[in-house]
Amino acid sequence: MPDLLIELFSEEIPARMQARAREDLRKLVTDGLVEAGLTYASAGAFSTPRRLVLSVEGLTAESRPLREERKGPSTSAPQQAIDGFLRSTGLRLDQLERRADRKGETFYAVIEKPGRKAGEIVAEVLETTIRTFPWPKSMRWGSGSLRWVRPLQSILCILSDETGAHVVPVSVDGIAAGNTTEGHRFMGIGRFTVTGFDDYVVKLKRAKVVLDSAEREAAIWQSAHNLAFAAGMEVVPDPGLLTEVAGLVEWPVPLMGRIADDFLDLPPEVLQTSMKEHQKFFSVKNPRTGRIEGFVTVANIEAADGGAVILKGNRKVLAARLSDAKFFWENDLRVARAGMGEWAEGLKAVTFHAKLGSQAERVERIAALAREIAPLVGADPDDAEWAARLAKLDLRSAMVGEFPELQGVMGRYYVLEALQTNPAPDLIREPAPDLIRGLGEASGGPGSSPGRASAIADAARDHWRPKGENDSVPTEPVSVAVALADRIDMLTGFWAIDEKPTGSKDPFALRRAALGVIRLVLGNGVRAPLLGWLRRAMGRHVSDTLEAGQDLLSFFHDRLKVYLKDQGIRHDIIDACLAMPGNDDLTLLVKRAEALAAVMKTEDGSNLIQGFKRAANILAQAEAKDGVEYSFGADPKFAETDEERALFAALDRAEAEIAPAMQAEDFPRAMAAMAALRAPIDAFFTAVQVNSDNEIIRRNRLNLLHRIRAVCSGVADLGRIEG
Amino acid sequence: MSDATTTTPRSFQEIILRLQTYWAARGCAVLQPYDMEVGAGTFHPATTLRSLGTRPWAAAYVQPSRRPTDGRYGENPNRLQHYYQYQVIIKPSPPDLQDLYLGSLAAIGIDLALHDIRFVEDDWESPTLGAWGLGWEVWCDGMEVSQFTYFQQVGGHDCKPVSGELTYGLERLAMYVMGIDHVMEMPFNDPDSPIPLTYGDIFRQTEEEYSRHNFDGASTEMLFQHFKDAEAECERLLAFDADDPKSGKRIVMAHPAYDQTIKASHLFNLLDARGVISVTERQAYIGRVRALAKKCADAFRLTEAGADL
Repeated sequence: MPDLLIELFSEEIPARMQARAREDLRKLVTDGLVEAGLTYASAGAFSTPRRLVLSVEGLTAESRPLREERKGPSTSAPQQAIDGFLRSTGLRLDQLERRADRKGETFYAVIEKPGRKAGEIVAEVLETTIRTFPWPKSMRWGSGSLRWVRPLQSILCILSDETGAHVVPVSVDGIAAGNTTEGHRFMGIGRFTVTGFDDYVVKLKRAKVVLDSAEREAAIWQSAHNLAFAAGMEVVPDPGLLTEVAGLVEWPVPLMGRIADDFLDLPPEVLQTSMKEHQKFFSVKNPRTGRIEGFVTVANIEAADGGAVILKGNRKVLAARLSDAKFFWENDLRVARAGMGEWAEGLKAVTFHAKLGSQAERVERIAALAREIAPLVGADPDDAEWAARLAKLDLRSAMVGEFPELQGVMGRYYVLEALQTNPAPDLIREPAPDLIRGLGEASGGPGSSPGRASAIADAARDHWRPKGENDSVPTEPVSVAVALADRIDMLTGFWAIDEKPTGSKDPFALRRAALGVIRLVLGNGVRAPLLGWLRRAMGRHVSDTLEAGQDLLSFFHDRLKVYLKDQGIRHDIIDACLAMPGNDDLTLLVKRAEALAAVMKTEDGSNLIQGFKRAANILAQAEAKDGVEYSFGADPKFAETDEERALFAALDRAEAEIAPAMQAEDFPRAMAAMAALRAPIDAFFTAVQVNSDNEIIRRNRLNLLHRIRAVCSGVADLGRIEG
Repeated sequence: MSDATTTTPRSFQEIILRLQTYWAARGCAVLQPYDMEVGAGTFHPATTLRSLGTRPWAAAYVQPSRRPTDGRYGENPNRLQHYYQYQVIIKPSPPDLQDLYLGSLAAIGIDLALHDIRFVEDDWESPTLGAWGLGWEVWCDGMEVSQFTYFQQVGGHDCKPVSGELTYGLERLAMYVMGIDHVMEMPFNDPDSPIPLTYGDIFRQTEEEYSRHNFDGASTEMLFQHFKDAEAECERLLAFDADDPKSGKRIVMAHPAYDQTIKASHLFNLLDARGVISVTERQAYIGRVRALAKKCADAFRLTEAGADL
C-alpha cells in the first residue's frame, strides 16, 4: 500500500485563500483517484504561504480491472444501427460477440479495462487538478499559459512503499515533478530530498518551516499569551486574525511591543482596527487600566538580534499609522463639537443611488419614518428623529473614511461629543425647517439629559445591527426605531425603482435588510401592521403604493418562512397562518405559527387534521353537487345518535373557549380547544353516515360539518397543512 | 543573496545609485524619467506601452511622481505631492524575480537576516490605465516598501507574455534604511559633502508652493479646458492614416497620443485636488482617461515595438 505525497511549491499564496485551497486540493485529488478505481485509507491537506501539500496514506497500488458488457442491436439490425454501436464502443465488428436469445441473435460488446498503476493515475489526476484548480483569482506569469494563484515554482510528487520513494512522472507546463523541495526563504538549508510524509515534516522543521497551520496557530497564540503574561498584560483573542497571520508565516516568531503614550487615549476600537487591518497586530490589554496598551506582531524569521530591529521597525510604522488616526480623531472631534453641520452638508454630495437621491435625502426619509415608528416601539418620537438625523453623519468623518468598518462605532463617540457640547444643535433646522415640530429648544434638545443623549448616541452605533445572522438585535427603543426606519427606507426605495433581488443576485443586500426587519420586530415583540409602514414609506418614492407594497410584504413573508424554517417551524404551518387576516403583523403571525406548530406535535393535533380534512372534503363535494353553501345553523334536535349530540356539545364548548382566547391572542389556549375536537369528530365519523336518506338530517349534518370548518378556520387555515 | 557586509547608505541619492547599479548589472536598460507629469512610474511608456506585445523588455528608472491631493505643505513627515518612485519592468517576468528583488534590498543595506520581509497579497488595479495584475505589497518589518506585480492586462489587452513590475517608494524606503523620521531631514547628497543638502533644502519650498497651487491656485476653468483639449488631441492623433505621405513610412502616432492620455490623467488629478469633481463625475472622468489609454494601447499594438513577433 503506497503513500502519496504532493507538494505544490509557489510564490506567496494569499493567506485568505489557503484554507479553501487545502480543502479543494484534498477533494479534487482524492475524488480523481477514487473515480479512476483506486482506494485510500486517509488523506490530509496542509498549507504554508509558499506550499500546498497533500498526503494520502494507504493508496492501492493499482486500480481494479474493469469488465464492462454492453448489449447492442440485433445482428439483423440495419447497418446504421450497428455502425452506431461500433462507434460508441470503439470496437471493430469482429470484436463483438454474437449471442443467441429469444428474438434471434444480438451483438454484445465486452470491454476489458485492465488495472492501471497508481503512479499513472496520480500523474493524470494531479495534472488535471493543477490545470483546473478553482482559485478565486489566478494569474499567468513569464511566457507560460498555466494559471496558478501566483507563479508555481516546483512540484514534488512521490509514491512511497517498502521499495522506497518513487517520483511520479508528471510534468505541467514545463515543471517536472521531483522528490525535492526547499525550506524557509531566509533560514532554509537549500533544496533537499524527501522520501515520504514523515520525512518531509521532519526535514521541513529542520529547514524552519512548520507545515501544519493549526500547529502554527497554536504556537503563535501560546507564545503571544506568554509574552503578554510576563508583562502583566493579556492578548485580546481574535481567531480570524490568528488564522490570517498563521497563513503569512512559515516559522512564526511573535514579538511584543508597547504603544507610545501619545496614542493611549484613542478609542480602543480605533487602536484595535488600525493595528489589525494595516499591520496584522494582535491587541494587548492592560487588565489594570482596561486599555489597549501593547501589540504582538508575528515575524517570519528568527533574527540574529532577537528581533530588536524588527520590533523597532514595526513600532515606528505603528506610530506613523496612529499619528494619522490621532489626526483624524482630533479633527473629527472638532467637527463634532461644532454640531456636525459640515458632515450633514457633505452627505448632500454623496449619491446613495442614482434613482434614490443623495444620502442626505435618504436621511430625511429615515428621520420621518423613525418618527412614525417610534411610538410603536416605545421610543420618544423626537429622540428617534434626532437619532436618525445624526446616525449616518459619521460616514463623512475622516476616521470612517480611513476605516469603514468603524462606521457606527465612531458615530456614537461623535454624537456624544456633539450633544455634550451643544444639547440642541442647529443641524436639524437647516435642512428641513418643516420637520422641527417641537424639537430643539422647545423640548430642551436631545442632549438635555444624559439618558437621552446616550440613547441617541447608541443609536448611531446600534442602528447598523443586526449586521449578520450571528449578530444580536438592538433592544434600546430609539435604536430599534432608527434600525427599522433605515431598512424599511432601503427596501421600499429599491422596490419603488424595481431593483428587487433576483435569483442569486442581491447587489443591495435587500434579503439581509428584510431579515433585519423581521428579527428587529420579533426580537422586540413589536406589534404593528407592517403593510401600513411599507406603503407609507413607499409613498415617499411613488404614488401607487398598493401593488408594490403587497409585493414587498410577500417578500417579507418569504424571508420569514426561511427564517422560521431555520427555527424548526414547517413551511405548511406558516402557510396555514399566513392565510389568516392580519398577516402583516409579524409578531402575531409568529405567535400563531408557534402555537400551531406546538399543537401539531400532539397526537390530538395531528389527528384533528384528518378529521378536519374529511369534514371539509365531504362538505365541499356536497356543496359542489347541491350548488349551495351549507352554512345555515345546524340544529341539535335533528341529531340521531349520541356521537352527533356529543359533537354538537363539543363544538359549543370549543366556540365558547376559542373566541375569547383569540380575542386575547392566547393562541395556545385556542389551539388546545380546537385540538379537543379531535375525539368527538373521530367518534362522529365512525358512528354516523353523513349522507342520510332523510334530506333534512343530511342537510343538518352538512351544516354541522360546516361548524367544524368554521370553528377551526377561526384559528388557522388547516387546509394548508400537509398530511 | 544577502551580503551582510553591505554598508548602510548615507544619502537618498546613494540609494538611487545603488539601485541603478544593481539593476544595470542584472541586465536592465537604465532609462531616465519620463519628461511629463505622471502619478506613478507605471505611467512611463516604458512600462505601460512596453508591457504590450511579445518583444522582450527590461528597463529600470527613477520616475518623479505627482499626487496633487497628497500635498501637505512640506509639514507631514511622510506625505509629499511630488515624490520619487523606482521602477523595474521585465518582460517576460523571470522565474527568479523574487530573488532578484530581495537582492536589491540587500544592495541598499537591508540585512535579510535581521529584518522581517514579507510578501502580502495585494492585487493591483489602475482604473485609469485599464490595467490590473496580481502580486504583493512587500513588507519590511511591517512597513510597505514596494509593490510587486505580475501584469495581467494593460489598456484592456492581455499581457502575453507577462511583465513583472517592481515599484519602490524611494523616500519611504530610504527613510527606513537610514532611520530618518521626517522626510525633509533626509540627506539628499552625502552629509560630508562640501555643500550638504537635505531633502528639505531641495523640496520644502516646492512642496509649499505646489500644495497651495494644487488646493487653491490652479485655475479649474483652465484645467477643465485642458482636459478636453488633451482628450480631443489624443483622439485626433490616433485618427490619422498610418501611411505617412511625407516619409512614405507607416507611422502610427501611439506615443504622442499616449502623451495626451498622461496629460489628461494629471489634469484630472489636479481637478480632483481642487475638489471640483463630484463622486459621480469622478467615475466618468476616470472612464474617459481609461478610454484614451485603451485606444493608445490598441494603436501601440499596431506598431513594430508593440506587435507580436
